[in-house]
Amino acid sequence: MSLDNYLYLSAILFTIGAVGVVVRRNAIVVFMCIELMLNAANLSLVTFSRINGTLDGQVVAFFTMVVAACEVVVGLAIIVTIYRSRRSASIDDASLLKR
Amino acid sequence: MATNNGLVYLIALPLFGALALLLLGRKADKWGHLLATAMSAGSFAVGLIQLSQMLDREAELRPVTQKLFTWISVGSFNVDASLLLDQLSICFVLLITGVGTLIHIYSISYMSHDKDRRRFFAYLNLFIAAMLLLVLGDSYLNLYVGWEGVGLASYLLIGFWNQKPAYATASKKAFVMNRIGDMGLSFAIMIAFASLGTVSFSGVKEEAEFASEATMTAIGIMLLVAAVGKSAQFPLQAWLGDAMAGPTPVSALIHAATMVTAGVYLIVRSNFVFDAAPTAQLLVVIVGAITLLFGAIIGMAKDDIKKALAASTMSQIGYMILASGLGPAGYAFAIMHLLTHGFFKAGMFLGAGSVMHGMNDEVNMRKYGGLRKFMPITFVTFGLGYLAIIGVPPFAGFYSKDMIIETALNAGGAKGIILGSVTLLGAAITAFYMTRVMILTFTSPKRWDDNQHPHESPALMWVPMVILSIGSVISGYLLYRGKAFKHWLEPLFEEHGEHTELLPPIVVSGLALTMVAIGVAIAVIKYQLSEIDNVAPEKVSIFTRIARRDLLQDDVNEALFMRPGQALTSALVKIDDSVVDGAVRGVGKMALGSGSALRETQTGFVRSYAVLILIGAAALIAAIWVVTT
Amino acid sequence: MEPLLTIQTPETVLFWFLAPLSVLASLGMLLVKKAVHSALLLAWVMVTLAIFYIAQGALFLGIVQVVVYTGAVMMLFLFILMLVGVDSSDSLTETITGLRPIAITAAVGFGGLMVSLLGRATLGREPVGLDAANGPGNVQGLAALLFSKYVWPFEVISALLITAAVGAMVLAHHQRTTPRPTQREQSVNRFRSDSLAGAAGLPGPGVFARHNAVDVPALLPDGTPAPSSISATLKARGDVIDSAQFQLDNVDTSVEEEK
Repeated sequence: MSLDNYLYLSAILFTIGAVGVVVRRNAIVVFMCIELMLNAANLSLVTFSRINGTLDGQVVAFFTMVVAACEVVVGLAIIVTIYRSRRSASIDDASLLKR
Repeated sequence: MATNNGLVYLIALPLFGALALLLLGRKADKWGHLLATAMSAGSFAVGLIQLSQMLDREAELRPVTQKLFTWISVGSFNVDASLLLDQLSICFVLLITGVGTLIHIYSISYMSHDKDRRRFFAYLNLFIAAMLLLVLGDSYLNLYVGWEGVGLASYLLIGFWNQKPAYATASKKAFVMNRIGDMGLSFAIMIAFASLGTVSFSGVKEEAEFASEATMTAIGIMLLVAAVGKSAQFPLQAWLGDAMAGPTPVSALIHAATMVTAGVYLIVRSNFVFDAAPTAQLLVVIVGAITLLFGAIIGMAKDDIKKALAASTMSQIGYMILASGLGPAGYAFAIMHLLTHGFFKAGMFLGAGSVMHGMNDEVNMRKYGGLRKFMPITFVTFGLGYLAIIGVPPFAGFYSKDMIIETALNAGGAKGIILGSVTLLGAAITAFYMTRVMILTFTSPKRWDDNQHPHESPALMWVPMVILSIGSVISGYLLYRGKAFKHWLEPLFEEHGEHTELLPPIVVSGLALTMVAIGVAIAVIKYQLSEIDNVAPEKVSIFTRIARRDLLQDDVNEALFMRPGQALTSALVKIDDSVVDGAVRGVGKMALGSGSALRETQTGFVRSYAVLILIGAAALIAAIWVVTT
Repeated sequence: MEPLLTIQTPETVLFWFLAPLSVLASLGMLLVKKAVHSALLLAWVMVTLAIFYIAQGALFLGIVQVVVYTGAVMMLFLFILMLVGVDSSDSLTETITGLRPIAITAAVGFGGLMVSLLGRATLGREPVGLDAANGPGNVQGLAALLFSKYVWPFEVISALLITAAVGAMVLAHHQRTTPRPTQREQSVNRFRSDSLAGAAGLPGPGVFARHNAVDVPALLPDGTPAPSSISATLKARGDVIDSAQFQLDNVDTSVEEEK
């Protein structure tokens, strides 16, 4: 097996995450799919670091994790705020910015 | 040519008067008219001095020039603002300033009740200055400046009482029709410069020998168009009748003696052009002949005294144009008739003003009658003018008009017969309608209401009339005696061989006088010896009706030019609105439309946006995939 | 040429075992109705990925994945799910017309193209492997890079972390729209309510309790169990024990004299 298989896996996970973002209506599940996409990117970063023999890829993956954590924190806080006022966690309900 | 530095004063004095009166405004109301009259008289004095100096010189040395400044110097086009005073222009200078000063004096009294009298005198002075510039210019371009100036002064003076919309419209009509003539003059100048390289009189005269006949004909026709516009000849004659809306002194000065004669001056001054273009000359003669009869026929049917005199002016200028189209044989007589006409027509107009002054500004001759007893001085001066115009010897018109008839007949061949008969017929009709005017106004029984109190005019009004009537009496004889005038103008024109005399002069005079007698007789029978109604009779023949409507001149102009012009304008406005503005609005609508269409993509659903991002990413990958193949 | 890196069989087996599982788990995360199940499946995917990291020689990263991602982030997700509604579930029908087919087509296109691109792309060199880089130890190697080459992004990211924490606090701050009712107002409301039963306030915990287990209800003075002393869930499930058996026996109230 070659290291490319990791890359294919990463691509597949990313695609599944992308579909999930579009298809699911619960805001929190959408968020989780975004997390999946980030993780898939991390996997390919680590694989490339192994291919190149340097640790730069892992450092970047580390940073990605930190950023993802921050993003989750703020994003979930927003969802909670919206839920408090609207009593609904469906992202289709937040559709006032339209024509 | 010798330089004479006094020429500029001819123009400078009245110009100063005009500017002073216009700029000082109401402050000059008390003495403005006196200043203006003084300026005009001063200009006349300078003219007399120039004449006496000119008489002292030899014939070849008579013309003098004065260069004022270099006006245009562009490449090969050089025009100086220069003045030229020769035998032809001195006649005009004296006519303009002399008759002008008399009319200034007349206006002091005629306009004494008008609060805008100062403005009137300012415009009169402006007119004098512009007309002098016209006749003193030494090139077509300098003449053009004066030409435009008199057009402006005419507009300002016809519409002097522009509180009345009809008068303002009349001045506009005069100006617009003049403009058409001005275009002709512009084209003539352009053609002269383009093909001959010069626009001065002397320059064009030199080049005329080498230029092609086609060029000369083109210039000649354009000059004829200009003359037709300014002198109210057919087909641009419709404005003269309406121009009578101005005060009577204006009609006397501008539309009888001076401005309308500028066309004749132009043609005579351009004799070298017309002598080199026989086709253009023929056209001149035709225009003169048509207008001669046109004016005469209209004059027969007019009940308004000023309009009748205007029609008469149109007809007499037709005589002058006809004469000037007969070549070197006729130029001198055209100018001679112009000068005598200046006297008797101006005198008759002032007389009409006097009658109107006494009859409370009534102009309808059917409401006059029997004024001989109440206005004797007016009757006598008007009567002398009347005798002059119909051509009774020894008054002025006899000499000048008979010479024209004689020259016409002596042109020979079919042309001579046609022109001779036209001029003779014109003489008869002139006699008829002028007699009609005299009878209706002075000698027939009174037909006016009881609230009219006809009285003689004050001295300031009848003195100029008397002077002018003296001119009507003696000017013709003085000019004709010993062919004095002909020799005076001879150095300006080409030498021409002795013209054939087809008929002895005595026969011509006899024919003319016979026609005059016939005309007078018919008028006396129809008017003096029968009842005249207070109002114009309704049951008249179709010819009278057409003549009353100015031979349908306004209807023709309206149908041929005004209505198509209006239609063109509204079509263009519609095109501008729908096409041009429509294109602009269309751009706006397109922006709005595309905006509305694109607006539909803003659904507000996050998931739709997310799928668009996904599609975008897929497209990007596809692009990379394609590029790296 | 001798390749620098050969992948050993254990790793291959590991990969081929776990990779399909992770794909299935993520598909499941997409398709299950209950949000909590999705969260758990995602946690499984993250653990799988952590195993992959460790297998590939990114030891520090693998542990961090478990601790931060699976431990902290997923737990955070679950907390919020509890807050928002455990039972909340999506209906399966799609409200925006045509979205599902388009999304699936786009995703399939995206994924397919990506995979084929990856198949075609080459790096121009053989994979090197992390043995040399991990020589001084994975953590030391990472630290050497982190504090030399990437020190500036490191500092920025720490600032970002602080900002995110502050942001979350700001967002979660609950602003009262009505002023807080004072004690007097609360007392007034209690007296004005329909029954005076709660006018004096509820008894504190343990006043009427017979036992300290959650499924033993407290007994009111008249001997009946107090309904508000048992959780609604337990009541609904019927997991309530009769508390009469824990009543006090006769208490000896005599006082012995001290000898």
